Amino acid sequence: MTFMKSLLAATAVLALSVGAAQAKQLVYCSEASPAHFDPGPTTGGNDFDASSRTMYNRLVEFKHGGTSIEPALAESWEVSDDGLEYTFHLRPGVKFHTTSYFTPTRDFNADDVIFSFERQWKEDNAYYNYLDGISWDYFQGMDMPKYLKSIEKVDDLTVKFTLTEPNAPMLANLGMDFASIMSKEYADQLEAAGTEELLASQPIGTGPFEFVDYQTDAVIRYKAFPDYWGGKVAIDDLIFAITTDPAVRVQKLKAGECDIMPYPNPADIADLQSDPNLNVMSQEGLNIGYMSYNTTVAPMDNVDVRKALNMAINKDAIIDAVYQGAGQPAVNLIPPTMWSYNTDVKDDAYDPDAAKALLEKAGVKDLTLDLWAMPVSRPYNPNAQRVAELIQSDWAAVGVKANIVSYEWTEYRERGKQKDRPGAFQIGWTGDNGDPDNFFATLFSCSAIGVSNYSSWCDPDFEKLIQDAKTTSDIAERTKLYEQAQVVFKEQAPALTLAHSKVFMPMSKRVTGFTMDPLGIHRFDNVDVTE
Amino acid sequence: MLRYILHKLALIVPTVIGITIASFAFIRLLPGDPILAMAGQHGVSPERYEILREQFGFNQPIWTQYFQYVWGVLHGDFGISLSTKRPVIVDFLSLFPATIELSLFAMMLAVLLGIPAGIFAAVKRGSWFDQMTMGVALTGYSMPIFWWGLLLIIFFSGYLGWTPVSGRIALSYFFRPITGFMLVDTLLYGNWPAFVSAVRHLILPAVVLGTIPLAVIARQTRSAMLEVLGEDYVRTARAKGLSPGRVVNVHALRNAMIPVVTTIGLQVGLLMAGAILTETIFSWPGIGKWMIESISKRDYVVVQSGLLLIALVVMAVNLLVDILYAVINPRIRVR
Repeated sequence: MTFMKSLLAATAVLALSVGAAQAKQLVYCSEASPAHFDPGPTTGGNDFDASSRTMYNRLVEFKHGGTSIEPALAESWEVSDDGLEYTFHLRPGVKFHTTSYFTPTRDFNADDVIFSFERQWKEDNAYYNYLDGISWDYFQGMDMPKYLKSIEKVDDLTVKFTLTEPNAPMLANLGMDFASIMSKEYADQLEAAGTEELLASQPIGTGPFEFVDYQTDAVIRYKAFPDYWGGKVAIDDLIFAITTDPAVRVQKLKAGECDIMPYPNPADIADLQSDPNLNVMSQEGLNIGYMSYNTTVAPMDNVDVRKALNMAINKDAIIDAVYQGAGQPAVNLIPPTMWSYNTDVKDDAYDPDAAKALLEKAGVKDLTLDLWAMPVSRPYNPNAQRVAELIQSDWAAVGVKANIVSYEWTEYRERGKQKDRPGAFQIGWTGDNGDPDNFFATLFSCSAIGVSNYSSWCDPDFEKLIQDAKTTSDIAERTKLYEQAQVVFKEQAPALTLAHSKVFMPMSKRVTGFTMDPLGIHRFDNVDVTE
Repeated sequence: MLRYILHKLALIVPTVIGITIASFAFIRLLPGDPILAMAGQHGVSPERYEILREQFGFNQPIWTQYFQYVWGVLHGDFGISLSTKRPVIVDFLSLFPATIELSLFAMMLAVLLGIPAGIFAAVKRGSWFDQMTMGVALTGYSMPIFWWGLLLIIFFSGYLGWTPVSGRIALSYFFRPITGFMLVDTLLYGNWPAFVSAVRHLILPAVVLGTIPLAVIARQTRSAMLEVLGEDYVRTARAKGLSPGRVVNVHALRNAMIPVVTTIGLQVGLLMAGAILTETIFSWPGIGKWMIESISKRDYVVVQSGLLLIALVVMAVNLLVDILYAVINPRIRVR
């Protein structure tokens, strides 16, 4: 008996130690604590990394490392000829996570899809206001209430979305984080218990990882979901070690305390690249740093003045000085990695003499204008103050005097979008869904004036092109329209297109299979580690 | 003694009122808007903005907002964070043990090294040891915490590999907190290697946070000792032929400790300020890092209540020091 006991104990110990040795663990030094784990109302990239990309799926998803759409929880779909009806055929047999706080009794079905959108849409849904002061920023920001007419269950595995008007980017929207599919069964269970708020702190999804634990501001732990519909992922334990300071993240990576980290300081990149134990991946970011002229205020209502101001700026010198190798000059509003990018468009060449001549031709003398500098650092513009100083001296050379102005970040954007705001306004944009419409219409459509069209620019030709592109679902046709829109944009110069940033991702050499994502998403479902 | 304590307690009331006003006003005086700060790059529509303002009560007159805040606090309701949607008190209680643990360690370091160094410097006044100690103390006092922390990380963790870079414990140890004090919890679970790991993680941040108090305590001890060593009763003690050790340790030290204890009490407030930077560098999940992040998100509720809670703790410690002071120095009680 004693012998049997010892044998059992020994076996148990052996099993444990073998298990421990074989468990593959990946530590990601993330840059900030997530607000919580519901991707619907949150807006930060760090929130999405910790929720939608680890624990949830969407009907359709972005391809790894790309911006095109591929099937996920929907196996296939049809779009009606008038572009108003999207019918999704759902993947059968998809399981939700089983955890200490929830055991699903059924597979994923159409009810989950309808719930996931109605909670953000219908005010009478029990979850519409389930957290204090909750706001569905992306659902609103992508104009879903405007375009959605109804979402209906055809049968358990078929859902039909009906739109109010054709909207080609709709499919890309459904791949975004806010469109993550939640478990209605779990939500109902929480509602019955009167603990709806747990939906944000004890998440249940269908994604590759399931939630284990979150120690506030310190560590998030996940484990591989064994019944994942895409097959169990290679790593067993995924850990987010929240490390806010980029210099400290670098030290942790070098010391082996984490395997992979986002957003290194540009100054640290050369050192990281020379480390024999590390790989540094890089990719052009899906973003644009630009400077909007208010086209309704004289003399910038004159296209020659705008062109002249653009030509007076030495863009390459700015990129060298400010981006330190982490940026490339922007010719068009959209980055070269995005479909429909027009390679034929030529940038305004740096030519101070021609700029002077053009200003003279426009009859502009002793021009003084405000030059706005963002108070924060963003990948698309790491140091707007410095950019402003360089532009100031470039403009001085052609006789234009610039006064640099800046405000606190939210205040800055509020003042910037006023229709009568004077001067040139530095700002930027990071793509949400990889669709060109997300750049052209969001930033320069007539209806965006006073919202995010900082140039107050409403050009009938440009507007027609982008609206036509929005209502056509044929990609080849859309590409043509957007290519033309880029030509109009460059001719009319409502803004200076400054730069697209380059994003770096340093990681240990033991990490394999990681792909950088143009949308700035960090996902670990394809990642493996070697010992 | 009781009268003395009551008198001190009475002084706390206006201070607390002052702090509620200051913490309420501070975050609102900063430019920025919590609703816009929460929204992503799409911003919010003007209609939605008004709805949210109403939900959060920001559309009400400022004094109404203030009295609602105070009313809530009086009923033990510190509000719900605008960004994480969790009750402020829940986050405070889960994060505060980490700050206490770090601060206690830092203080222990400062006291255990600072007092002996100060005494020795005073006794050997003018010697090379005195000169060096005071030089180092001045340097320590003037050191920017952020720079100092990063320097120690790069040298001890990066170059020598002796200490971990950041965090509270190695990630391979995972257990749910019991007390929230990592050193206590690891022992309660009986996990000795985890305890060692927690101690190793504590060393660098404690050194960084303890540096300024250490410098202040060493300097204060030295000057208090010098003053006392010049007193008549010390000369008398020496004249009686007592051993130098007894003169210093019994006659001089006990009197010199009075201002030092006050200094230590005053350092608690400064420790909280230092913790903000130290925790940010070392990814230490305490209330300092929490405050910094909440300020940048303009989370009015967390900042106003968090500051108040921290102030209450500091005041409680100061009250304790005052009482302790009265215990070791009976003259105080009479006044």
